[in-house]
Formats: sequence, structure tokens, C-alpha cells
Amino acid sequence: MSASAIDRAVESFAAEVGIEGPVTVTGLGSRGGPVPDVRTVVAPSGIDWIQPAEMTIGCGAGTPVEEVEAALAEHGQCLAIPDGGTIGGMLAVGRSGIRRLGWGPVRDTVLQARYVSAKGEVVKAGGPTVKNVSGFDVCRLLVGSQGTLGFLADVILRTRPLPVGERWFTSDRDPWELLGCLYRPTSLLWDGGTTWVLLDGHGDDLVQQAELGDLVAVDGPPPLPPRRWSLPPSELGGLTTHRPGPFVAEIGVGVVHHTQAADEVAVDPTVRALHGRIKHEFDPTGRMNPGVDVLAIV
Amino acid sequence: MTTPLVARLRQRLRPDQVRDGAAEVSLYRRDASNLSGHPAVVCFAESTGDVQAIIQVANEFDVSFVPRGSGTGLAGGAVPPTGSIVVATSKMNRIISVDPVNRMAWVEPGVLNLDLSTQIAHLGVHFAPDPSSQQTCSIGGNVANNSGGPHCLADGVTSAHIHAIEVVLPDGSVTVLAGEDPEPTGYDLRGVFVGSEGMFGVATKVCVKLTQNAPDVATMLLDFADVADGAQLVSDIIADGIVPAAVEMMDQLCLRAVEEFIHAGLPVDQAAALLIEVVGLPASVASQIERIRELATNRNVGTIRVAADDAERALLWKGRKSAFGAIARIKPNYYLHDTVVPRHKLPEVLASVYEIASRHELLVLNVFHAGDGNLHPLLVYDAREPGAVERVHAAGDEIVRVSVAAGGVLSGEHGIGLEKRDLMPLMFSEVDLAAQSDLRRAFDPKMLSNPDKVLPSPAGCGDIHSVPEGAWV
Repeated sequence: MSASAIDRAVESFAAEVGIEGPVTVTGLGSRGGPVPDVRTVVAPSGIDWIQPAEMTIGCGAGTPVEEVEAALAEHGQCLAIPDGGTIGGMLAVGRSGIRRLGWGPVRDTVLQARYVSAKGEVVKAGGPTVKNVSGFDVCRLLVGSQGTLGFLADVILRTRPLPVGERWFTSDRDPWELLGCLYRPTSLLWDGGTTWVLLDGHGDDLVQQAELGDLVAVDGPPPLPPRRWSLPPSELGGLTTHRPGPFVAEIGVGVVHHTQAADEVAVDPTVRALHGRIKHEFDPTGRMNPGVDVLAIV
Repeated sequence: MTTPLVARLRQRLRPDQVRDGAAEVSLYRRDASNLSGHPAVVCFAESTGDVQAIIQVANEFDVSFVPRGSGTGLAGGAVPPTGSIVVATSKMNRIISVDPVNRMAWVEPGVLNLDLSTQIAHLGVHFAPDPSSQQTCSIGGNVANNSGGPHCLADGVTSAHIHAIEVVLPDGSVTVLAGEDPEPTGYDLRGVFVGSEGMFGVATKVCVKLTQNAPDVATMLLDFADVADGAQLVSDIIADGIVPAAVEMMDQLCLRAVEEFIHAGLPVDQAAALLIEVVGLPASVASQIERIRELATNRNVGTIRVAADDAERALLWKGRKSAFGAIARIKPNYYLHDTVVPRHKLPEVLASVYEIASRHELLVLNVFHAGDGNLHPLLVYDAREPGAVERVHAAGDEIVRVSVAAGGVLSGEHGIGLEKRDLMPLMFSEVDLAAQSDLRRAFDPKMLSNPDKVLPSPAGCGDIHSVPEGAWV
């Protein structure tokens, strides 16, 4: 898309969002979909540009993740994000993939975002460069905000080089021992008995690391149970004794994929009040994704 | 005479923590920028309770306050508003706990950046953000400014290294933003607080991410007869899929100043040098060095010097990090700028920087984070020369404008503070700025926490780069 075409698409998205009445945004529906029985809008889709030497990409928030990853792969690059759905949905939900240990959380991929506010205006947050501290970090406010503060229209994301030689392994060794002795594994998964390790890098290094950790090559990670918990990584050891049910825990990170729903988390009233004030400032009439409570989502 | 404000603060804290003597207060009038203000009183907090007490008093008296770490900020972010309370956190300098297995630590905001890494070095980990001021800057200041440093190219700036923050909000309430767990429910208030330049409250404890030390490190110095070749190599390396731990550039004037200062055998006859560091496992490091050599050859590199040992590596880094000390040999004063441009625009923007400096009859040294496109032009001058200060400001203003026009941003790591507050409209529309202002109001409805920074007042939008009231250049 040309610059003017992107701007037109963003403007027309803003017009669709409008200035009043409840409205919800949808992508591919892979992360829960829109709020039911509310007027639905769809963000612009399409890749605006890729700048491999900048390690950045600009695209509409409605662009499928798959499309973006395929286009970046042609330049030997990728994003530190999980598969599936649209870029906007992935960011609005804010959950990272199983490579978070090595690649970092999805929130760190967003450099700039334009979003449509509750007033129907196009607002820019952040900036196009990989390093930027100009103004408050509204981009990070938007990631994980479930579309309750504004709807993402288009974004500039930071890319990373494609892995040069990723390989999955398993080991019977204690996962924390592996976390200590291996050099920056991309992922360390543990089901209470077996540890899965994802390593990337030069072949000779992988051989040396595999010896160091008594690692055995396998085809891939274990299947992940459907529910998701967020625990301090220091508490993962207690999973085998205190919490029944099959699980796969991300060691060093704290995400637990479990068969059972997570416990409800008590929210500090001060944090709740601050959420209320932010929501009120950004969406005083509560028209954006009405009924979604970001503090109730587990 | 003791004012009611000071008397009340002395009731809430120990009297010796509250200083209002003219000489002491004057020490806190400025940070490392050349802006200054007039605080009413300086309070030395020693605990979260102290910070809370100070902020409660500020609310009682409807007086603004400004959090302060080491005062090394370069954009006037810690310059106190007239009549304000300075909340100095320098005495809150304990490392509270370290979890070397899961690689996180809780620290107080006054812990110095380098002290943290030094004290945990035996555990094989470090705190990755490494601003050039790291010997003196505090973690709390790093959080407020979302500080960077040479090694943020691969590992990201401060925001990527903060798990959670205990804060005293501007209304005096205490809470923890985010947590040790990876996906706390709700908005990313941690991410929003980082880089808020003291305007969203005061950080009282910080949970930082610790980064595993690399088993192998290679540091190389490459020199070029043409600055543009060096700048272009930076893009070539990244486009090739290599993200070094650091890529720093020094131009000839800088190389000469530093060489006279530290005698490291720097290539003083060349136009520029790149300091590149690659870290990781041995085979990966070796193959990346080899590939960088090939790419550099295609860009007419002069000599390539690879540090033979830790001592030589330390010497090369000392050259980079002591650049600001070395320039005192050229002229007594300097003004350091901080903008970011897309990497591929480096050659063009650098050429503009030289042209601007020359037109204003100023000397400019460039020493900067080339890998991030983060420029740090240093304008050196003698403030005693008539008109020099005015020329420095005019040139600086042009450099910022050229950077933004090239698709860049106002600041890469120093922040906006007072210095660039009135330049914000170069990057953001009124609607964009209103959203930032809304966020600020949600955290601080009474606007008591470090007011008048970052966001231009609406009336000032057409009056770009005026000198803020209560501060002078």
C-alpha cells in the first residue's frame, strides 16, 4: 500500500468507528472474537512496507499474522509473536508465545501504533525507530488492553532475524539446572517430569550445549493444555505438589498451560481505581468493546 | 524562617531528612542539563513510608514534587518546579533480594546502575541497560527515563528489563504495578510508568530482570576513510541478520580527543571508527565476526582490530565511554544532543549535522549508538565567546528538526523533560498529545508530580522551543 492509501484506509476505519454508540472490533475471531450484539468494525489489512535493514515492518492491524510472517520470511526475518489471528488481535490480547524466554514479550515488538479513539479520532502513539523515548509510552498501554481504550488501526513493529538453526530437545535433568547451565535457550518447557528445550544458533554450539545439558533431540514441543496461568517463575516448582492436573510450564517465564482454569487473582483497589480513571479518560462513555473488563480476564 | 511546609515535613520525617538551607537547596536546582529551577525544600527519603509521607504533605499543601535519583538526566527532567519538594531517593540504595535462578532482583530506586551489575557479577548475571553515566545514574532514574546504552541494541532499553515497580502514586497511595509473573491482568501500567519522567509518581522498589553473562565476547574496532561507509556498514550488518550486542561509532574529532586522553592506539587519521561487540557461544561469535569482516571489506574498511584480551576490550570501551571527559581538552563547554533516525538515513543525517555545525561556526563531535540509529552530536563551545550559546541552541534545534524530518524521533534515551518539551509538536499532533495528557491525568489528577515536563502546554504549541518559565539556559 502507498502512504496515502494507508492513511485513507485508517481514516475510513475511523469513520466506521464513528463518534458515538457501542462498537466492537473483530479480526479473525481466533482469540475470543468481538463483543456479541454490538456493531462490529474491522481494522485495515495489508502490509504497508518492510525495511529489512531497519528491522521494521508497517502493516494494518487487521493483517493476518500468517501473512506478515510469510512476507518477513522472504527477508530472513520474523516477529517475536505467537501464531494465528490478526496482528491487531494478537496485540490487543497481549499474550506471548512459547519463545518468550528467549525472544521477549510481544509488548516489546511495538514501536508505533495508530489507533482510533472513542472520539473517532486517529491517534498516534510511539515512533517509527527501534529506539524512542519521546513522550509517554501509550503503545504499551494499548498492548493487552483488549480494545477497551481504542482500536488499533496500523502499527510499526520491530522484527528479528529468523532463527538460524532451531532444534527441540528433551532432558530428564531438573529444568532450573538447565536454565542455569544452558546459554539463553529460546524456550524451556516442563511438565513436572520431562523438560523440553528449544535452542538456536550455530550447529557446533548446539552440539556443545546438548552435551552440557544431556539433551536428546526431539521433533517438537509437547501439546499445550488449553488454559493459561501466570505465576511468578519461582513458584513453578510447586506445581507438582500443590496443583493437580497435567500442565506445561514455561520455566524462567511463569506462564503455565494447564487443563484447569486459573485461580481468580485479587486486584489491589488502588490498581482497580487507576484502571477506572484510565478507562474514563480514554473512553468516558464506555463505548469501545463495552462490557470487557480487563481486570476480570484470566 | 521555617515555612509551614517544611515544619510539616519535619513532623512526618526525621528533621535531618528535610533540608531547606539556601546552600543545600541550591545543589538540587538542576540536573546534568543546563536548565535549573527553584525548589522550596529537599527531602531525603529512606523508605517507601518516607516517600508516601512526603507526597501526602505535598497534597495537603497543594505543592508539586519532583522525584530525583542521581541527577544525571540530560533533558531537565529532574529540574524542580518553583516552590516544589525534591524527593531525593539516593539514600534508598539497598539491593533487597536477588533470585539468580529465575534471574530477577528487587532493588531500591537509589541503587546505582553499575553497582547492581558489579554486586551480582559473581552470579553470572548483569542488569543490561548500560547508559554511559552508569557509574553514577540510579535504577530509579533509569526507570523514569527508560534509559538505554550501547548494549541495548540486542537486549532492549530499560522497559524490557523491568518486571514490576512499587510506586507511590501522586495521591499518596502505594501499590505495585505488574508483578514477578509474566502476564498480570489489566493494563500494562508497569510499561506506562517506565519512561514517564517522574510525572506518574515515585518508584520506591523495582523488580529488574537480570541477564545471563555471555560465555564469549568479541570486541572489534573498524576504521573508515569515509564516514558514510562506516554508517552504511551498520545497515549491511543488520540486513544480513546479525544483531551485535553493540555497534558504536566515533568520528575523527572524537577519536583524536579520546586518543590524547587515554592512548589506546585509536585510528586518529581515519574519518570514523565503529566499535562492534558480538556476544554468545564461541562458534556463533566466530562466524559472526567472519561475516562482519566480509561485509566491512565491501565497504572499504581500513584496519580491523579485534581485542585480544579483556584488557584490550576494556581499553576500547574506555575510549567510547570517556569521550565526554576527553572533549574538555577541546573547549570548556559542550551541549549533547540525542535523536534517533532510521539506520539507513545515518549517512545523510550525519552529513547534515556536519553542515549545520559548520554553518554555525561550531565544532561537532559524533560519538553514538550507530546500531540503533541513535545520534549523539556533541557541540563543543566556549560559553565566554560572545554569541556562542545562541549558536549552539540554533544548531541543536536544526539537528533535531533534520532528524525528525528524516523519519526519526526527538529522543532515543535522554527523554523530553524540559529540553524538548516544546518540540513535541514536531512528532505529535494535538490529538496525539491530548492522549498522552489524558494518561497523565489518570495517574495524577492534581498535576502535582513533576509538572510542566514532557507535554507542551496547549498555549505553547505555536511557540516552539521557548524557554520554560522558572528555568533558564
